[in-house]
Amino acid sequence: MRTLTRGTGPAYWIVLIGTLVLFTAAFLLPLVWVLLGAFKPPAELAQQPPTILPRTWEPGAYVDAWNYMDLGRFFLNTFVVAIGAWAVQMAVIVPAAYALSKLRPIFGNVVMGLMLATLMLPSTAILVPVYLTLTDLDLLNNPAGIWLPAAANALNVYLLKRFFDQIPEELLEAARIDGAGTWTTLVRIVLPISRPILAVVSIFAVVAAWKDFIWPLLVFPDPAKQTLSVALQRFAPDTPINLLLAGLVLASLPMVALFLAFQRHILAGLTAGGVKG
Amino acid sequence: MRRHVTAYGFLSAALVVFAVFSWYPIVRGVVLSFQQVNFVTSPDWVGWENFERLFADPLFGVAWRNTLYFTLLALVLGFGVPFLTAVVLNELRHAKGYFRLLVYLPVMLPPVVTALLWKWFYDPGPGLFNSVLRGLGLPTSQWLDSADTSMISLVLVITWANMGSATLIYLAALQTIPGELYEAADLDGAGIVKKVWHITIPQTKFVILMLLLLQVVATMQVFTEPFIMTGGGPEESTVTVLLLLYRYAFYYNDFGTASALSLILFAVLGVFSFLYLKITKKADA
Repeated sequence: MRTLTRGTGPAYWIVLIGTLVLFTAAFLLPLVWVLLGAFKPPAELAQQPPTILPRTWEPGAYVDAWNYMDLGRFFLNTFVVAIGAWAVQMAVIVPAAYALSKLRPIFGNVVMGLMLATLMLPSTAILVPVYLTLTDLDLLNNPAGIWLPAAANALNVYLLKRFFDQIPEELLEAARIDGAGTWTTLVRIVLPISRPILAVVSIFAVVAAWKDFIWPLLVFPDPAKQTLSVALQRFAPDTPINLLLAGLVLASLPMVALFLAFQRHILAGLTAGGVKG
Repeated sequence: MRRHVTAYGFLSAALVVFAVFSWYPIVRGVVLSFQQVNFVTSPDWVGWENFERLFADPLFGVAWRNTLYFTLLALVLGFGVPFLTAVVLNELRHAKGYFRLLVYLPVMLPPVVTALLWKWFYDPGPGLFNSVLRGLGLPTSQWLDSADTSMISLVLVITWANMGSATLIYLAALQTIPGELYEAADLDGAGIVKKVWHITIPQTKFVILMLLLLQVVATMQVFTEPFIMTGGGPEESTVTVLLLLYRYAFYYNDFGTASALSLILFAVLGVFSFLYLKITKKADA
């Protein structure tokens, strides 16, 4: 397709190579720098000018970091928080979106409107009252304190509803004639068709839970219950720098792996949020 | 009738979750703004006292000034850089996958990881940035350690970490521009700058405006980066509204004043959120 320039001449190649160098330097090199940094002993990390490749390789830092910060525990906590947040959100919003789209109950539009109205509300504007409500419900130091508020995700209800709206009515009618109940229709007909949008919503729910900091910071005052993000910032001030770097690399690996595995879904999902040209 | 009952059965979990964790807290937040809470006795009504305490706090003005300065810087960088990047990427026909992968990679990193990494890069001594500057024979910077550069340093981190989403959304928008428009402009002998100004920008103005508003709303709520990288310093130069709110709520346990601050923040952001929804609806229709 025609774009701004038609370039195939030298200018095109200069811009291409320039962009390649710039992107690699800006986005890849810092991460490689950290990856290598974790292999260097603290004394080498403090020296100026810095060594590029480690003079002494200390691969043990990754193992030491794991033990020093007890990362296994925090990985498990984060995993429970993220997977639970996904499962609870799905269990809450899928039936809701289905009801709003296909069962169209009385006042359904009002309910959708009230949900969408919460989108106007920056999440931090209700930080204090939600925190106090969690305290009242005795949900501090409990992963449910993350799962339940995260399930009130109006944007995802809206995205699912919009997708369900496009499923032809005849398909559901056919299922009904075959004797399928409302629930069976949802599970057997609607969900299989909706795999693309479910994938997008699911991935973003897990990523958001894994990346979150402020809510786990508030919900888990007990260090033993904390997520990786909260634990890492707690350990950061008094952890030897090479171990901290190793810990940061390890904490990022699951998200980087998820990205590489579901790159297509994630990049396609970016534009699913109602953004059009 | 049965249809409605079934439907509300399907909706029940969502209604409960929204009621308890969204709708009720909105009301409670407004109420709290006019109360003094101490967890021992029942809350007292204190009228506008919480707001008066805020206005009397010198940090209130500082926090708003910092947040607005931050938002302005984040817009210049966080809005301009992704758009230009997308325009350039849209012209390149090689290594497309590589560019998209790289620019989005930082978005996947947990913000705490990014903040701690950059704090290490910013170290004025053996940190990566000053090492590179020294190696090139350029003057070094105090980065986070000086009140003059602390805020711009935070903006750089946030731009690096988040520009992937905006870039790829712009890129998708750019690809919907009909090629004939550029062909027509070529016939008229228009240069690159003219084409960007008269075709690219007008054709993508919905997306541009939407991301602009989203970005204002997101950057005005900045918390994680200043909390981890500077704690508000040096000399309170990076105390943002949310950092102040956190201090009131969780250092002083003054939930009433913290709620009053939330309410003010909400009023300011509400305007932007409202505009955003208006524009999305229009673009969606």
